[in-house]
Amino acid sequence: MSTRLPQVAGEWVERDQPLEFSFEGRRYGGYQGDNITSALLANGVDLLGRSFKYHRPRSVLSAAGHDANLVMQSGGRSHQPNLRADTTLLQAGMQLTPVNVQGSLASDRGSLLDRLSALLPVGFYYKAFHSKRLFPFWEALIRRYGGLGQIDITAPRRFTAKRYDFCDVLVVGAGAAGLSAALAAADAGARVVLVDENLRIGGSSVFDRGGEAPDPAVQALIRNVERHPGIRIRTLTLACGYYTDHWIALIEGARMTKLRARAVVITTGAIEQPAVFRNNDLPGIMLGSAAQRLIYRHAIRPFDRVVVLAGNDAAYRTALDLLGHGISIVGIVDLRQSIPSSPALQALSAAQVPLHAGHCIQEALGGLRVEGAVIAPFRDGEADVSKRFLLPCNGIVMSTGWAPAGGLLYQAGATMRYDDTLGQFIPDLLPEGTYAAGRVNGVYGGNRMADGRCAGLAAAAHAGIGQPSDNTANLREGTAQSHPWPIVSHAGGKNFVDFDEDLQLKDFANAVQEGFDNIELLKRYTTCGMGPSQGKHSNMNAIRILARLRGESPGQVGTTTARPFIEPVPLAHLGGRGFNAERETPVHALHAAAGAIFMPAGNWQRPEYYAVDGMSREAAIRAEALAVRSGVGLIDVGTLGKIEIIGPDAGAFLERVYTGRFANMRPGTTRYGVMLDEAAVVIDDGVVARLSEQCFYFTTTTSGSAGVYRELGRLNTLWQMNCGIVNLTGHCAAFNLAGPKSREVLQTLTGSELGQQAFPYLAAREIDIAGMPARVLRIGFVGELGFEIHVPAEHACTLWQALLQAGAAAGIRPFGVEAQRLLRLEKGHLIIGQDTDGLTNPDEAGVAWAVKMDKPFFVGQRSLTIIRKQAPVQQLAGFSLDGEQAKKVRECHLVIAEGQMAGRVTSVAYSPTLKCYVGLAMLRTDLTAIGTSFTIRVTDGKLVAARVVATPFYDAEGLRQKTVAAEGLAA
Amino acid sequence: MKIMTCPVNGPRPVSEFVYAGEVCDMPDPSQCDDASWADYVFNRNGAPGIKKEWWYHAPSGTWFIAERDTVRDIVLATWLHRPVAP
Repeated sequence: MSTRLPQVAGEWVERDQPLEFSFEGRRYGGYQGDNITSALLANGVDLLGRSFKYHRPRSVLSAAGHDANLVMQSGGRSHQPNLRADTTLLQAGMQLTPVNVQGSLASDRGSLLDRLSALLPVGFYYKAFHSKRLFPFWEALIRRYGGLGQIDITAPRRFTAKRYDFCDVLVVGAGAAGLSAALAAADAGARVVLVDENLRIGGSSVFDRGGEAPDPAVQALIRNVERHPGIRIRTLTLACGYYTDHWIALIEGARMTKLRARAVVITTGAIEQPAVFRNNDLPGIMLGSAAQRLIYRHAIRPFDRVVVLAGNDAAYRTALDLLGHGISIVGIVDLRQSIPSSPALQALSAAQVPLHAGHCIQEALGGLRVEGAVIAPFRDGEADVSKRFLLPCNGIVMSTGWAPAGGLLYQAGATMRYDDTLGQFIPDLLPEGTYAAGRVNGVYGGNRMADGRCAGLAAAAHAGIGQPSDNTANLREGTAQSHPWPIVSHAGGKNFVDFDEDLQLKDFANAVQEGFDNIELLKRYTTCGMGPSQGKHSNMNAIRILARLRGESPGQVGTTTARPFIEPVPLAHLGGRGFNAERETPVHALHAAAGAIFMPAGNWQRPEYYAVDGMSREAAIRAEALAVRSGVGLIDVGTLGKIEIIGPDAGAFLERVYTGRFANMRPGTTRYGVMLDEAAVVIDDGVVARLSEQCFYFTTTTSGSAGVYRELGRLNTLWQMNCGIVNLTGHCAAFNLAGPKSREVLQTLTGSELGQQAFPYLAAREIDIAGMPARVLRIGFVGELGFEIHVPAEHACTLWQALLQAGAAAGIRPFGVEAQRLLRLEKGHLIIGQDTDGLTNPDEAGVAWAVKMDKPFFVGQRSLTIIRKQAPVQQLAGFSLDGEQAKKVRECHLVIAEGQMAGRVTSVAYSPTLKCYVGLAMLRTDLTAIGTSFTIRVTDGKLVAARVVATPFYDAEGLRQKTVAAEGLAA
Repeated sequence: MKIMTCPVNGPRPVSEFVYAGEVCDMPDPSQCDDASWADYVFNRNGAPGIKKEWWYHAPSGTWFIAERDTVRDIVLATWLHRPVAP
């Protein structure tokens, strides 16, 4: 039974800070500095979890989160579905339960599955779900028995913030190598960030002691790093992803930091790997480094009589650490035939610890806890069962080998090779600016500091600071740190390779036999390494097994691809909060005060309509439209793109980017412009005003403004014409004052003559309005007498209010996008992007009149020449609808002719002026003759009859917008 | 996130930039046949390799050319477009 030791030098627990928590409903005490695992072990609770598939009893394996044995759910206010007990600090009041348990840990009803394991072969999912008929059965079963924590959807939302950080050199991992790297780089003058996932820095040097006091060299290093002003230490921080150009995702608590470094040193160390033998997952069997962590960090004695399974020198240091804390060693079982001499070995011999060289553990015995180890001679990777014997114990410690914690290196783009001497993958080629040192680099023991120093200096030099080290000595040791085959087969199976997914040795043989003999295929078929620990304790053994089955070396088998994130983190970090940039016109607040209901248009917020108490949305929109038709209305069109182009070539440039002719315009006039892309697709339209000989001012569509300005810039970069392009979209506000009474309203605000002679239709004037300099264009988008007024944005609110005041007597009404869409539809004016799509050419859109093919060049001209040689396919046409069904017709409904698709509705609305539904549709050309009847299929599948009519639907002559006659109408 | 170097503003995060396709020279519209014009308009070479592309630094409105190795995902060089002498 596990227990808390008396104070251990350097322990992380703070005994003067007790905390209370509960587990499976029982109350326990722990200390500040405990993690969930250590706090439970301190209370003698050492059955801590159930396995994913077979619900086998589980306890500590790595004590470092390199396995998923210990996943807990916390309830109450701090609800979290999947806490990793090894790496989660204990907090006061935690209410913990194990995940994946039916009943209690001690009597989990799911443990029946362990006895049915023969029915759950490798590739079970693929086989089970092959049958459609049985799919629902298996799904229900697996959903009940599988899975981890339960999500409480009523839990309060936790916000996960993002922040950005920068440094010269980032060092990941604060062990001996990382500390040295950070210090060397900082001494050279680099700004260094040192991150470590643990509560305190020092890495394995602090707990891998061989029974001795902490290494004074490392202690001095820690002090120097902590004092150095050039080093920022970030503990409890996971470096989770390595992205392009040294961009690292750091997770600390509820925050993610996106850190950009000039150079990165990876000193993440090595992850100890379990040995594979029957029942190697029984509680009480753990890695040597796990026992060391528990003893020195948390003062936990996890057992008192152990068998040590050894495959490298680390096992002997671990054995001394155990001996020094009151744990008796029943025997050391070493997989190697001959054991290299070391001080640790001599000390253990002196302590008369029995040593069994050339032996393995063939099987562990026990129920809810290990009770003994069956030992057998081990030769050529096979156990000799004829000479086996039993060693009773209540713990087994495995120290047989390592795998580099190389996830970040792989993500950075490093290639790794297998070093046969070390028995480990080590970096082969590192990308520029990425460095590795220490165990992840294959350097063990005292050389780690020198290796770290070299890497730190090289990283600083890459960041342009100082000089790289001239130390080019090979710092890697000549002895293996990992046993090449710590794996023992057993007829009874249950010798686990992947503890997350309950994968046994035979599963790999079966998968290979079934043809999945490539490491990536093997991974997916067996699901090895696909559990929460992502292969940290299982991939290396899987590679060794596959290599042996294929008669290759691990290097030839290779590794699987490592992807971000290298540690499981709450999904909230990846989701975060969404930020959508929204643009508002300068008069947004006035719209809001006037009851505007806003809608998105591109990234702009525009008033859809202005809500009126006691009036429906439709009624309000119709009232706005009516105001424009009969009196005067005012709309904010400041979202239009507004571009000025100045210079001797300005006119010539416009002729190349628009289809029309502009060079011959007289100053003070406007012209409609259509823009095509290279494929002759209509991409934008607007009004071009010539203000002077060398200055044009033009508008683009709201959603097209950024793209049009950008593309014009590119074209002039390419063409190098003598003109400059200025984007005034945000600089200028624009309002359209429209309606038969618009002139009389505007006239009250200006001394300039606005009459038909002085300011005719399509004229442009730079005049003062209410004392503000304005550009005024007389255009008729909504089909009435209208003035589009552009002023600098800072005058926008003053002008808006002045116009509303001036129009008050005439019954002026602000109108929104919906009313404008209705009004322009009555005029048959198209909206690019609504009535056209990504393939529509100007002939189809009905704007061929604005295309001047006799110009020498414009964008899209050559393609349009080719298109015009072919028969036209479709054409935008106006239609009207009668009858009850008309209101069912919506935009994008299909036009059906002889059962075939023959077009689609692009715009449709009820016209209060015309007292019927009108719309535009892109129709097959044979349907476009005036008077043709066609049918539209509405949402419920019914066909609604429509008839092609001429556009404009309203004021076909355009008299209202063009002439003095409008004044007569207004009276 | 990747870094792109604007020839005017220096290295900036790639999210500030807009990619605008490979640089391809327009054939003379009055001389070329329909097929070669269609090839210019519609066909792009997606094979990985060294590409010359149009890029735009949006905050400053700077157009420039970037040469990228799309196999190694490396920006080899960036420069402002220089017009060919007439």
